[in-house]
Amino acid sequence: MSKIETRNLRFYYDDLEALHGISMHTEERRITALIGPSGCGKSTFLRCFNRMNDTISGTRVEGQVLLDGQDIYAPGVDVVELRRRVGMVFQRPNPFPQSIYDNVAFGPRVLGLARGGALDALVEKSLRAAALWDEVADKLDSPAIDLSAGEQQRLCIARVLAVQPEVILMDEPCSALDPADTLRIEDLMRELRKQYTIVIVTHNMQQAARVSDYTGFFWLGELVEYDETGQIFTRPAQALTEDYITGRMG
Amino acid sequence: MSKARALFDRELVNLRDNILYLGSMVETAIEGAVQALKEQDVDLARQVIAGDAEINSRRYDIEEQCVRLIATQQPAAGDLRAIIAAIHIVTELERMADHASGVAELGVRLAGQPHLKPLIDVPRMAKIDQEMIRASLDAYFKRDPDLALETAKRDAEIDGLNDQVYRELLTYMLSDPRTITRATYLLWVTHNLERIADRATNICERVVYMCTGRMEELNF
Repeated sequence: MSKIETRNLRFYYDDLEALHGISMHTEERRITALIGPSGCGKSTFLRCFNRMNDTISGTRVEGQVLLDGQDIYAPGVDVVELRRRVGMVFQRPNPFPQSIYDNVAFGPRVLGLARGGALDALVEKSLRAAALWDEVADKLDSPAIDLSAGEQQRLCIARVLAVQPEVILMDEPCSALDPADTLRIEDLMRELRKQYTIVIVTHNMQQAARVSDYTGFFWLGELVEYDETGQIFTRPAQALTEDYITGRMG
Repeated sequence: MSKARALFDRELVNLRDNILYLGSMVETAIEGAVQALKEQDVDLARQVIAGDAEINSRRYDIEEQCVRLIATQQPAAGDLRAIIAAIHIVTELERMADHASGVAELGVRLAGQPHLKPLIDVPRMAKIDQEMIRASLDAYFKRDPDLALETAKRDAEIDGLNDQVYRELLTYMLSDPRTITRATYLLWVTHNLERIADRATNICERVVYMCTGRMEELNF
């Protein structure tokens, strides 16, 4: 079942068209990887899914982005609610300068999702779901900044999970992590996929191959090919895709 | 082609060259085995048998090279298919050499005994085998699935010759039971040569897979 669908999506930075009419859909509770060289538009495309690009002045969108069939760019859409439903994890872990507990509790508090014991339970549940609970259970009041980079990134994932999203967007979530932390995040993604729809932008082709169910290859603002990951990495239909994933260009 | 994969491309060319060299060794082994059989040359037959160890060793070297490429270069798509095909191709080549060695051993056993009849079909089968090996590896080298398909069709020629020799040898055995041992050995020879063609067909299947990503049996 399709969770997010784009229809003829065009994106502009002032007069520059960065996305040239992308039509694509992501399957629910599946991991979709977006690959392509720097500047191909994959991160721009990802940020359209929760209107993160709205914060950049001079940008505009044409076409549609449908979340469960509803256009998220339609007038009257509550962007805060949209970003609760479609959470995001960034390239570098960005914990708030607060305790581990407060980092995870931040979203639920702001949104009024839980208080007191219910909030404690939600924090624990989110940390467990992010595979971090065992490491931090006895130091929830410690500064989040003291955690290792890999732990910080999992904390950021827990922070997203705490507001009970439906979709998790990941923009190069492992680029600042070592191989062991990277594999831990990938394991976590496979686990989260049972409940959430995940879209990941990655420069790491092997990561896309390892972790995703579907892969979309972007090139110069176009979606060149979108298919099951196994197909893309063994028998891509487009010569351009083959050239990119085999390192002949890009 | 970008410099980023210059090393990888060199490695792939080296892999291809090693496979072609192994193929030429196998062709030589087949030729030597059949010549030894025909001319009752026991020394040549023993050379072919001894040479099998070198072919086995090279096959393992090439497999090792493939494993190293997969581990270090993380190949995808066409590159991955080429390396997987290479692993299968060298296995087929090595087993063909075993068949050649089998023919050479039969040559040793038959040496000193008069031929039942002039050997005509056996060298013909060996020649077709060699041509199939060369063409299948040429198809691999040129990444030419059409050539692979055409080459695989030649398996039918070998099967036809095999049936013909079988019927002929059967008549010898029926008319003179003293020929049974020699005729049986010759049947084993043609069986080995027939299997070589089957394995050349397998190589053709791998070439088609490498070029198209399609796995299919080429039975014509």
